[in-house]
Amino acid sequence: MHPAYSVILFTTASGAGYGLLVWLVLGGLLELVPIERGLGVLGFGLAFGLITAGLLSSTAHLGRPERAWRAFSQWRTSWLSREGVLAVATYVPAGITALGWVVLETIDGLLAVTAVLSVLGALVTIYTTGMIYASLRTIRQWHQPLTAPIYVVLGLASGAVLLDVLLRVLDIGDVWVDWLAGAALIIGAGLKWAYWMRIDGEPRDYTAEAALGLGHLGKVRPLEPPHTQPNFVMREMGYRVARKHALKLRKLALLLGFGVPLGLLLLTSAAGWVPAVGGALLAALAMAVGFVVERWLFFAEAEHVSMLYYGAEAA
Amino acid sequence: MTALPETTAKKLGLVIDLDTCVGCQACATSCKEWNTGGYSAPLTDQDPYGADPHGAWLNRVHGFEVGDGPSSQTVHFPRSCLHCETPACVTVCPTGASYKRVEDGIVLVNPDTCIGCKLCSWACPYGAREYDYGHGVMKKCTLCVDRIYNETFAPEDRIPACVRACPTGARHFGDLGDPDSAVSQLVAERGGFDLLPEFGYKPVNKYLPPRQRRGGQGEEQASTVDATPASGGAAERLFAWVDRMLS
Repeated sequence: MHPAYSVILFTTASGAGYGLLVWLVLGGLLELVPIERGLGVLGFGLAFGLITAGLLSSTAHLGRPERAWRAFSQWRTSWLSREGVLAVATYVPAGITALGWVVLETIDGLLAVTAVLSVLGALVTIYTTGMIYASLRTIRQWHQPLTAPIYVVLGLASGAVLLDVLLRVLDIGDVWVDWLAGAALIIGAGLKWAYWMRIDGEPRDYTAEAALGLGHLGKVRPLEPPHTQPNFVMREMGYRVARKHALKLRKLALLLGFGVPLGLLLLTSAAGWVPAVGGALLAALAMAVGFVVERWLFFAEAEHVSMLYYGAEAA
Repeated sequence: MTALPETTAKKLGLVIDLDTCVGCQACATSCKEWNTGGYSAPLTDQDPYGADPHGAWLNRVHGFEVGDGPSSQTVHFPRSCLHCETPACVTVCPTGASYKRVEDGIVLVNPDTCIGCKLCSWACPYGAREYDYGHGVMKKCTLCVDRIYNETFAPEDRIPACVRACPTGARHFGDLGDPDSAVSQLVAERGGFDLLPEFGYKPVNKYLPPRQRRGGQGEEQASTVDATPASGGAAERLFAWVDRMLS
């Protein structure tokens, strides 16, 4: 599948934003972080910034972005529509919680309800993003039980790393957030590893013979292409990264996305302000690059069944 | 509305004969010509006179070589929307622009409400939907919805442009929901089949398999079977000789 940069930015940025929202609000509810203005402005500002940038970026993938509002209507059948509805709906409780946190410096009473709703909204929104892909039976590498959980865990891991950055910048960091980020990164890397093992090990069930319904006549070979230049189907569905490049990029994604941030966060956990902030910022930067590579690979390694009509032997 | 209708009054669709299709591309060009001015107008092309010409077409004719050795054959394979009974391309649509008509089962895209997210093309295993880069919306076969009900046309023209154009009669149009229709009878007679039935989208369009070729695999097998008794006793050899002389 063609890796569109708008969609890569959308899924990684909004995932990190929702992840940060989850940990920030949960931290406040559990009294693990102080409900004070500075953290509120930085935390909600960064979370809303990332979520909004991601959602706006996703509209760049549309042929008719001015009609994007229509996507809120078909939530009964469409995961893309559900994602849109939940993404926008989550702004309401999250916005109220943010106002209470920043203006009143409290999330007690009714604000606790909106706080819980914003955590749930954020989690379910990341899940629906994953389900847009996981629900497509035409793409074996996406139609996997691990696809949506990986979207959630990677969103939560990137959110935890960002919260760690903020707490260290404000010098209110505690070791629990290092362990939280570390655990999320380890679980994320483990799930991603299991996912790659699974898509590599699975049989490719669909063949060109089956796609044409001509298996009883023998092996099928393309003879005359229907067009001289690639059409939309080939440009969109036919994109595929070379196997040896994919393996290198997987290693790079694991190293930058998980290994480097994990090491940096734990190494600088008990350090002074300058190395602690520097370490966390570097960790966030490495993770951002690693997660973008991971998301790029998610598309580039995906094989679409329709390519069986265009010379692919199996999918 | 992207929720699918429980049933449709008719199941209009195509039956494509892989035996008689000669791969002349008349259906594909006729489709492009009609539809760039019809319901799906415009079907834009990109870089049409340059090095990388491409554009939105609703029908593509592939050529395949099938089998090995003397029994191998060329199969021309037209590919377009199959107007599935339970298509995922419709249910994934976030806007309701993609829909399946209750009255005749035709799957259509409303070009005025499509946002061009391309998700429907990802959901289709048949590669039947093509995004129009110039128009910013998804295009697909309409079964020439603007011809088949057009009463200003002569009755023989009230069929999809591809069927009208086919010089070998390899394309048939009709109601596949009616077991007595000509197309349903043809499918029953010739063993018409679904593409990728494993997906469970229940394509309405059917394909008719290539017939057995003279001197092909089938006849070789038959002669092998006939020859077996000849290796037996004198009576069997005599009968085999008589059989060869008479056949």
